[in-house]
Amino acid sequence: MAENSITQAIQLIAIGGSAGSLDVILKLVPALNPRLPAAIIIITHRKASSEEILVDLLNAKSTWPVREAEEKDTIAPHTIYIAPTDYHLLIEQDHSFSLDVSEKVNYSRPSIDITFESAAEVYGPAVLGILLSGANADGVEGLRHIKTRGGLCLVQDPDTADVDYMPRQAVQQVKIDKVLPADQLAGYINSLFDTQQK
Amino acid sequence: MEFEVQDHEIDILLQDLMESYGYDFTDYSRASLKRRINRLYSLDKFSSFVLFRQRIKTDSTYFRRFVEEITVNVTEMFRDPLFYKTIREEVLPVLATHPFIRIWHAGCSTGEEVYSMAILLHEAGLLKKSLLYATDINPDVLDRLRKGIFPLRFIKQYSENYIQSGGKQDFSSYYTAKYDWAKFDEKLAAKMVVATHNLVSDRSFNEFQLILCRNVLIYFDRNLQDKALQLFDESLDTLGFLALGAKENIKYSPIYRKYKQLDNKERIWRKIA
Ligand SMILES: C[S@@+](CC[C@H](N)C(=O)[O-])C[C@H]1O[C@@H](n2cnc3c(N)ncnc32)[C@H](O)[C@@H]1O
Repeated sequence: MAENSITQAIQLIAIGGSAGSLDVILKLVPALNPRLPAAIIIITHRKASSEEILVDLLNAKSTWPVREAEEKDTIAPHTIYIAPTDYHLLIEQDHSFSLDVSEKVNYSRPSIDITFESAAEVYGPAVLGILLSGANADGVEGLRHIKTRGGLCLVQDPDTADVDYMPRQAVQQVKIDKVLPADQLAGYINSLFDTQQK
Repeated sequence: MEFEVQDHEIDILLQDLMESYGYDFTDYSRASLKRRINRLYSLDKFSSFVLFRQRIKTDSTYFRRFVEEITVNVTEMFRDPLFYKTIREEVLPVLATHPFIRIWHAGCSTGEEVYSMAILLHEAGLLKKSLLYATDINPDVLDRLRKGIFPLRFIKQYSENYIQSGGKQDFSSYYTAKYDWAKFDEKLAAKMVVATHNLVSDRSFNEFQLILCRNVLIYFDRNLQDKALQLFDESLDTLGFLALGAKENIKYSPIYRKYKQLDNKERIWRKIA
């Protein structure tokens, strides 16, 4: 990584969303530069066993390999991982996944907070956390952790979100680096990597 | 939650637990363990690691709380209904051919899984000739299992799960509701053998036709997973069944080549060699 880059090279993009986020994800992911050297983890609140549907949808729309995150899988760059429903998804120091069926957090399992916090612990400044549309505050604490550990935080502009509660809480409670309308998220992410490579 | 208890302190705690109580958690997945330990630390409002450590070391009642809280006990009746449907349709008909059926639930927590199995056996007319061994590392969850009393607020979900698993009876015929609790029929519990058993350190104690260990291996690192799977392999009859949680797999373990997964891809394997 270039020594003069302002941000440390981003290795992990963690995307959290709830009600109203699916469309945003389905537009955002295919618009990403197909050669970004980072891994992506997507955590959304969904009905049981619909992760397969999301995996299929994204596989159809994106050139990136997309798969459900499996326990003990090592996170590989340029791969999209979907958090399975009904388990919390954590990251180990060796960059492998762990699953956990403990109590729901913020009425949610998977909880966005748990994965964000875990990503911040392990990847520190190399995390980009993104929070999208949603009806509860899951993910806000997680963004705070990412911030504290030197990572970057990006939030969907609440005024463009189907359900604005989640992104609004984030903007109010955490020092977010960038707030953008849904259709500008992908372009911004791509540009972060352009500057990294200079 | 900012993590207060750091990695090196967790190493110290785990060392203490081994020396003072003989429990070995060193091969558990660290991320979850760390989160659970920190959760307990803030839940019980400790102000320093030194006090926390002291309390665990010297107060054996608190140590039990510690074990109960860092091992995750969350469970459900008929969790993953399609899994139970497969047990009904593909596993029980095979077990029915045996004169006597022994089933082991390893890491059964408060027993919702064991009661679910007892209901399936009852409906298949097999309960009378079955024994369900219910084991867990944690004696407190087993006390609750023995009582067979579960919170009434979950029963709606359980009865939906039951129906999705292919249940045709009236689910309420299996329990009596009283205040906020549902007490399950004692004829179900009559066939359960309940004992503590630690998958890290205890050995095989019997031979079974079906072993269930669901949502326990996700908390183990790969070595400990292999060790537990080895133990199950030693405890399983040839042509017996091994059933794991929805996100658990034996494909990276040395026992894998002796097993064949059921065709419908539920996490149930048959021992073929
Ligand atoms: C999440 S619960 C799973 C309950 C049930 N099998 C299910 O799938 O719903 C995990 C259980 O594993 C138990 N456990 C953890 N470590 C264990 C060990 N070393 N030996 C035996 N049981 C253990 C815990 O006490 C807890 O009750």
